[in-house]
Amino acid sequence: MHPAFSVIFLTTLIGVGQGLFLALFTAQSYAGFGLLHEQSSGFYALGSLLSLAFLGAGLVASFFHLGRPERAWRSATQWRTSWLSREVIVLPAFMGTVALYGLFHWLGWRPVLLTLPTGLPVDPTAILGVAGTVLAFALFVCTGMIYACLRFLREWHTPLTVINYTLFGGASGFTLAAGYAAVAGSDLAGFFAGWAMILTGLALVGRVASLIRNARLKPKSSLQSAIGVKHPKIVQKTQGSMGGSFNTREFFHGKSKTFLRAVKWLFLVCVFPVPLLLLAAGFTDGAGLPLLVAFGVQYLGLIAERWFFFAQANHPQNLYYQSIA
Amino acid sequence: MTQLALVIDLNVCVGCHACVTNCKEWNTSGPAGPMVDQNPYGKDPTGTFFNRVQTFEVGEFPNTETVHFPKSCLHCEDPPCVPVCPTGASYKRKEDGIVLVDYDKCIGCKYCSWACPYGVREFDEQQKVMKKCTLCVDRIYDPKMTEEERRPACVRACPTSARLFGDIHDPESEVSHAIREAGGYQLMAEWGTNPANHYLPRRKTKLRIRVDEIERADNPLKIDSQLPKPDTGAPALDDVTSW
Amino acid sequence: MTATPVEEIKKTTCYMCACRCGIRVHLRDGEVRYIDGNPDHPLNKGVICAKGSSGIMKQYSPARLTRPLRRKAGAERGAGEFEPISWEEAFSTLAERLGKIRATDPKKFALFTGRDQMQALTGLFARQFGTPNYAAHGGFCSVNMAAGMIYTIGGSFWEFGGPDLDRAKLFVMIGTAEDHHSNPLKMALAKFKRDGGRFVSINPVRTGYSAIADEWVPIRPGTDGALLLAFIHEIVAKGLYDREFLVKYSNAGQLVNVNEASDEFGMFLRTEVPEEEACYDPQDKLWWDRNTNKPVVTHTAGTDPFLLGEFRMKDGTAVKPSFQLLQERVKDYTPEWAEGVTGIPADTIRRLAYEMGVTARDQRIELPIAWTDSWGNEHDTVTGNPVAFHAMRGLAAHSNGFQSIRALAILMSLLGTIDRPGGFRHKVPFPRPIPPCARTPNHPKAVQPNRPLDGMALGWPSDPDDLFVDEDGKPVRIDKGFSWEYPLSVHGLMHNVITNAWRGDPYKIDTLLIFMANMAWNSTMNAVEVRKMLADKDENGEHKIPFIVVADAFQSEMTAFADLILPDTTYLERHDVMSILDRPISEFDGPVDSVRIPVVPPTGECKPFQEVLIELGTRLKLPVFVNKDGSRKYRDYPDFIVNYETEPGSGIGFLSGWRGKGGEKFMRGEPNPNQWEMYAKNDCVFHYELPKSYQYMRNWNQGYLEWSQRNRITRYAEPILIHIYSEVLQKFRAAAQGKGLTRKPPAHLKKRIETWFDPLPFYSDTLEGQASDKHKYPLAAITQRPMAMYHSWDSQNAWLRQIHAHNLLYVNTHTARVAGIEDDDWIWVESQWGKVRCMAKHSEAVEPGTVWTWNAIGKAAGAWGLTPDANESQQGFLLNHLISEELPGAGLANEGRVSNSDPITGQAAWYDVRVRIYKAEAGEPEQTSPQFEPLKQYPGQTERRSVWNFFAGKVNK
Repeated sequence: MHPAFSVIFLTTLIGVGQGLFLALFTAQSYAGFGLLHEQSSGFYALGSLLSLAFLGAGLVASFFHLGRPERAWRSATQWRTSWLSREVIVLPAFMGTVALYGLFHWLGWRPVLLTLPTGLPVDPTAILGVAGTVLAFALFVCTGMIYACLRFLREWHTPLTVINYTLFGGASGFTLAAGYAAVAGSDLAGFFAGWAMILTGLALVGRVASLIRNARLKPKSSLQSAIGVKHPKIVQKTQGSMGGSFNTREFFHGKSKTFLRAVKWLFLVCVFPVPLLLLAAGFTDGAGLPLLVAFGVQYLGLIAERWFFFAQANHPQNLYYQSIA
Repeated sequence: MTQLALVIDLNVCVGCHACVTNCKEWNTSGPAGPMVDQNPYGKDPTGTFFNRVQTFEVGEFPNTETVHFPKSCLHCEDPPCVPVCPTGASYKRKEDGIVLVDYDKCIGCKYCSWACPYGVREFDEQQKVMKKCTLCVDRIYDPKMTEEERRPACVRACPTSARLFGDIHDPESEVSHAIREAGGYQLMAEWGTNPANHYLPRRKTKLRIRVDEIERADNPLKIDSQLPKPDTGAPALDDVTSW
Repeated sequence: MTATPVEEIKKTTCYMCACRCGIRVHLRDGEVRYIDGNPDHPLNKGVICAKGSSGIMKQYSPARLTRPLRRKAGAERGAGEFEPISWEEAFSTLAERLGKIRATDPKKFALFTGRDQMQALTGLFARQFGTPNYAAHGGFCSVNMAAGMIYTIGGSFWEFGGPDLDRAKLFVMIGTAEDHHSNPLKMALAKFKRDGGRFVSINPVRTGYSAIADEWVPIRPGTDGALLLAFIHEIVAKGLYDREFLVKYSNAGQLVNVNEASDEFGMFLRTEVPEEEACYDPQDKLWWDRNTNKPVVTHTAGTDPFLLGEFRMKDGTAVKPSFQLLQERVKDYTPEWAEGVTGIPADTIRRLAYEMGVTARDQRIELPIAWTDSWGNEHDTVTGNPVAFHAMRGLAAHSNGFQSIRALAILMSLLGTIDRPGGFRHKVPFPRPIPPCARTPNHPKAVQPNRPLDGMALGWPSDPDDLFVDEDGKPVRIDKGFSWEYPLSVHGLMHNVITNAWRGDPYKIDTLLIFMANMAWNSTMNAVEVRKMLADKDENGEHKIPFIVVADAFQSEMTAFADLILPDTTYLERHDVMSILDRPISEFDGPVDSVRIPVVPPTGECKPFQEVLIELGTRLKLPVFVNKDGSRKYRDYPDFIVNYETEPGSGIGFLSGWRGKGGEKFMRGEPNPNQWEMYAKNDCVFHYELPKSYQYMRNWNQGYLEWSQRNRITRYAEPILIHIYSEVLQKFRAAAQGKGLTRKPPAHLKKRIETWFDPLPFYSDTLEGQASDKHKYPLAAITQRPMAMYHSWDSQNAWLRQIHAHNLLYVNTHTARVAGIEDDDWIWVESQWGKVRCMAKHSEAVEPGTVWTWNAIGKAAGAWGLTPDANESQQGFLLNHLISEELPGAGLANEGRVSNSDPITGQAAWYDVRVRIYKAEAGEPEQTSPQFEPLKQYPGQTERRSVWNFFAGKVNK
C-alpha cells in the first residue's frame, strides 16, 4: 500500500491522545484507591487538554485524507457495517468525554455522587474517566479494525493489528504522560515511565509477533487465481495504462526493498530500545528531558512504524499491476 | 432476484481496447463524468478509466499463450467494498445487483478501493470521488434507446463480441448458458466475494489427421502420374538388335 | 437554470484507421459527445474499435493545425517556425508556382500522399496536372500483397478480397498486421472460433489476433516463402491438390516451351490464331490432351490435360505443363530444408500441410447455387474447400515478398480455394484481368507542358514495353517506379522520393506536395538522414528540394519541414467518398461504397484537402476542373462528386449508388443532384448485393463477368485464369536474357531482372540479408501494429496515448538473458545503418531470433501537440533509424545504390533489417537516442491542457 501521511498522522496522533488520557485516568484511579497521591486539578485538566490537542491534530490530519472533506459528516451513517464509520462516531465522543473530564477537573466539580460498597467514592470525573476509558479502548478497536477487517490485506487481517494499535497508543501516551508529569513537576513521572516501559515492552512483543507472522504469510492469491489461468509461469506484460493509474499510485509504496528494510530497523530502534533506555533514565531520577526526548523519539519511530505498516501490506490488486509495456 | 453481469470470453478477446475507450467516451459525458485526464499531452498521462485491458504471457517459448485480459468492476454478489463505506455512497442495488457509487455521498476516503481485491475502483483525482464501472446503468434502462442500444457501451463496441451482458441468475440467459457450457469462472474465488462477472477460458480446436487419411483412393496423382505411353513408332531395342 | 442540451445523432464514416466503419456521432450542443458503431452498416454492424471510440480526442486535440502557415523568413526547415497566412495567399502562391511548373516541365511537381482515402481524386489531379510523379503510400505499405496476388489470382486481400470465415474450417493467418481490415476481421475471427473453426497463426510474434490462435507457429522474419514452398511441396507430393480446379481454372495444364534455345523459351504455346491486342488472357493456349495424346486448345470439350510430363510438339519443340514445372521447382523445397530456413520443425510443416490438404479435400462445401462458367458449362452447385488464408505486411514488407506472396497465392489455388465458399473471396471491382488493364505511359514524351499526362501515373505492366522509361531505359518517374529497377512497382516508391529528389536522380524537382504522410519520421526509412535531406541546401544556399508543401490536419514531424502548411480537416468535418474508382468497402456479396458527411463545422480555418485540390485545379485551369471557357466548373467537392463523370456522359462517377436523375440507377447513370442526401438517408453507404449465382467463382463466372462488363467495372468478360506459371514475369526474364522483341534492360540490371523475375516462386534470402553479416547482426527487427493506434496518428489522442505512451523493444527472454539484458533495461539496438537507444522487454511470445516493437509510437520531441518531455519522445523510439532506404547495389544497380525494396515491385523492405542488441552503459541517460531539437507549437494550435475534464457540451463554456 502507498502510505498516506494523513492516515499515518491520524492514527499515531490519536493513539498518543488516547494513551495520554488513559495514563491520566490510571493515575486518578490509583489515587482513588489511595495508591498514589492525588494530583492537582490543573494537572488533569492540562493533561486532558494535551490529549485533546493530539486527538484534534489527528482529526485535522484525517481531513487531508478525504477528497471531499466538506461531506465528512456523512461518514457517521454506516456504523452498522463500517468500522470507519464507527471510528468517526467514537472519536468525537471520546474527545467530548476527554474535554468534559478535563473541564470537570479544571472546575473542581468532583462532588461524591455515590460511594461504592467498597467505600470508594465516585465523583463525575471518575464516571467520565471510566466512560473515557471505555471509549478510548473502543477507539483503539475501531481504528485497528479499519485495517484488521480488510481480509485481502493479510498483513493487517489479524487481532495483532488491534492489539498493536492499542499498545502503541498506550505506550506513546504513557511516555508522553511521563514527560508531562516531569515538566509539570508532578511526582508521577516515574509511575508513568514505569507503565510506559511495560507497555513499550508489550508493544515490542506484539509488533515482533506481527513482523514474524507477516514474514511467514503465504499469499492467498496468485496471478493464476487473479486471471484464472492454470499455468506455473505467467508474466504480465501490460496493464493497460503506461503513465500510471489510481491502481499504481494508491497501492504501491514505490520504494526499494532496502528502503523498506531501513524503515523497519528505524522504527524498531526508535520505538523500542531508545525510548526504553530514556524512560529507564527518567524512571530513576524523574528528570524531564530524557522523558520528553523518549516521547519525541518514540513518536518519530511510530511514524516510521505506521509507514512500514502500510508499505508492508501487499494488496492482491497489485497482481494486476506488475508491468507496463 | 436479478444479477446483471458481464461474461468476458478470453477465447476471442484480441486485446483491441475498444471496450476501454468506448467506456471512457460514453461515461465521461454522462452521470459519471467528467472523467479526468491528467497530463493528457505531457509526461506520464493518466486518467480515470472504468475498464482496462491487460496482457499476460503464459508459458515459455514456443509454447506461449498471449492472454488479453479486460478487467472492470466485477459487481460481486458479496461486494466487500460496500459494507466498509462509511457514508453509504457505495451500494449494491437490490433490483439488479449492480454495485454503484453515489457520487454525491462519496467523501473520497478511498477505503472501498482498499477493500476491493481486484483493483477496479478508480479515484477521480479531479472530482475527488471514487468511480467505477456502472454497467452503463444510464444506458440499460433508458427508454429512449432501442433494445440493441440498451447494453453497456463496452459490450456494444466489442468487435469480437467477447463481452456478453445479462442476468446470471436467470439460468436461461445467454450469460448463464455461456458460464455453464464454456467453463465460466470467477476471479480470485478464494476470497468468497462471489463476483458476478465471469470469464470464459481459452478453448482450443485441434485437428487430428491420421496417416491413412492423407492419401485417398481418388488421389489425383493416380491420374497425373500416368504419363503417355511411348509412340509405338518411336525407336526401340527391337529396331537395333536381334540377339 | 441550465437549458436542456440539444442532442442529435449524425451518421458518417469513421477514419481513425483505414477500415471505414459506419459510425453514429452523438452531438450535445454541437460538441461530440459519443461515437458508436452504426448497427445498420454492412462493414462493422455496430461494433467499433478503440480508435474509433476515441474520435472525440482527435477532434479536439491540441495537435490540430488550424491556419495556413508559411515558414518564417530566415527560419530553417525543421525548426518549425511559422507565421499564419490567409488561404488566398496560400492559393495564389501555389497557383503561381505550380502554373509555372506546368507550363514548363510538369514532372517538376510531385504529389505523394499517405494513408489517405482519396487516391481517385489525388491521382486525377496529378494526371490532369501532367506530372507522372504521383503515388500514395502503397509502395511502402503492402504493394507486394496487392501485386503478388493480383498477378496470380486477379485479386488480393483487404479491400480487394479476403478469407470467407463464415464457412472456412481451417484458417491460416500469416504475417498479418492488426491494422488491416481490423474490425471486420475481428468480428469474423470471433465468429469463426465460436463455430469451432481451427485458427493457425504463423508469425514471429504472438500478439493481437495471433493471441487467440489455436496454434501459434513462430517463424523467422522473411522466410515465409520457404515455408509456403514447403507446404506446396507436400501438397503436390501427397496429391492433396484440387486437380479439377487447377485444370479448369488455372494455367496448370498449359504447355510451356522448355526449349532453352528457342526465343520463345518459357512462353506458353499458342494456337496459330492471331488475337487482338487487348488486356485479357486470350484462350489460345494449349493443353496436352490425355485422351488423344495430342496438344489441344485449352478447355476444348471432352479433353483433359496432362499436368505432369514432357512432350514434344510436331516441330520438335519440347513442352511441359506449368504444373510439371511447379513440381520440379518445389522438389527440393522439402520440409526438412524449410526447417533450416524458417526455424519451424519439419514435422510441424508437414502436419500443417496435411491439415490444409485434407481439410480442403474432405470437408468440401456444396451450396445449391447454379451458375455458368465462362465456357458455357452449367453447374448445379457452387463448391468450396474450407481452408482460408489471410496475409498482409508480414509477408509483403520484405525484398523477397513478391515471390513469397506468389507462393501463397499458388498454395491457395492448389487447395482450390479461390473465390469459393470457405476459401478466399473477391470483392468488387475484383477480380481484375491479370494484370489489370491500367497502364502508365511507356515513354517520357507523355509528359508535356500544359497537358495532362498521357496515361495513368500508376498502372500494371504486362511486359517490358509497358515500363515507364526513356530510350536508354532510364526512369521517367522521380521514384523510379515502373523502371527496370522495380518494374512492377504498381503503387510507386514513395519511400525513395525524398532521397531521389535531394540527389537529383533521375532529375531535380521543384515542388513536393505531401498530403498526410509523415515522411520526416515514421513513414520514411533512415529518418535521421532524410530529415537532413529535407533541409539540405546546395552550394548557392538554395534548398535542394526547392519548395515543400505539406497538407495535414496535425502537427506531424513532417510539417516542420514545410515551406507551406495547408491545414486539413478531420474526418468529422468533411465530405469524403470511399469510391468504387478507388478502394471501396465492397463485401464478398457485392459492391459497396460509402461517404463521409460532415457532422461538425471545420475547426478554425481548416479546409478539406479535396477542396484545396479543386480550388487549385480550377486556378490552374486543369481541364476537368474548368468549363470550356476556363471558368470554374465545380462549386466545391460535394458538387464535384455529384457531377464529375470519368468521360462526358459515361455515367461513371466517384459514387456508384443512387445515380440517374432520380437516384434510380446504380453503378452507371447520369449525375443525381440529390446523391449526397440519398447516401445520408441510407447510413452513408450503398450496398448492391449480387445475385447468389454471381457471388462465387467470379474469375470464370460468365454471369458475373458479363454483369461486371455491363456495369463497366471491366472492359472484357473473359475468364481470368490463375497464373500458377507467370508468363508476365517470364517476359521480363526473357528480356534480361536478350530474348524476344521487347525492350531490354540496361546491362547492369540484367542479372537482377533475370534472378528475380522467375515465372515460378522461389525462395531467396532478402537483399538486406544477403548484404548483412549475420554473425555480427544476428537478430531480425520488425514492428507490429498496436490495435489501439493507427500508424503515427494517435499520439495526439489523450485517451489512446495512455494505452501506448511509449514503446519498448520486445526481446525473447532467453535471447535477452544471453545478452545480459534484464527486463526494462536500457539497451542499444544497432544495425549496419544506425543505432537506437531504447528500453527492452522480455517476452516469451517472440521467436528468439527476432526483436520487435510497436510501430510509430515513438515521436520527435514537441511534435503532435505533445510536450517536449512526453513519453513518446523520451522513452519511445523508431526502428526507422535502423533501416536504410537504399542498399549498396552489390553490382546490381545504378551507381551502386538501389532502393531497399523488392526488386520486382519496389515494396519497401521494412522487415529485412538485421540488428544486434547490447546493454547501454551505466552512466548513459535514460532517454531514447537519437533526440532532435524539440518542436514548438505552431500559430493556431490550441493550448495544451494539463488537466482535462472532458464533458461534451461544456467544453466551450
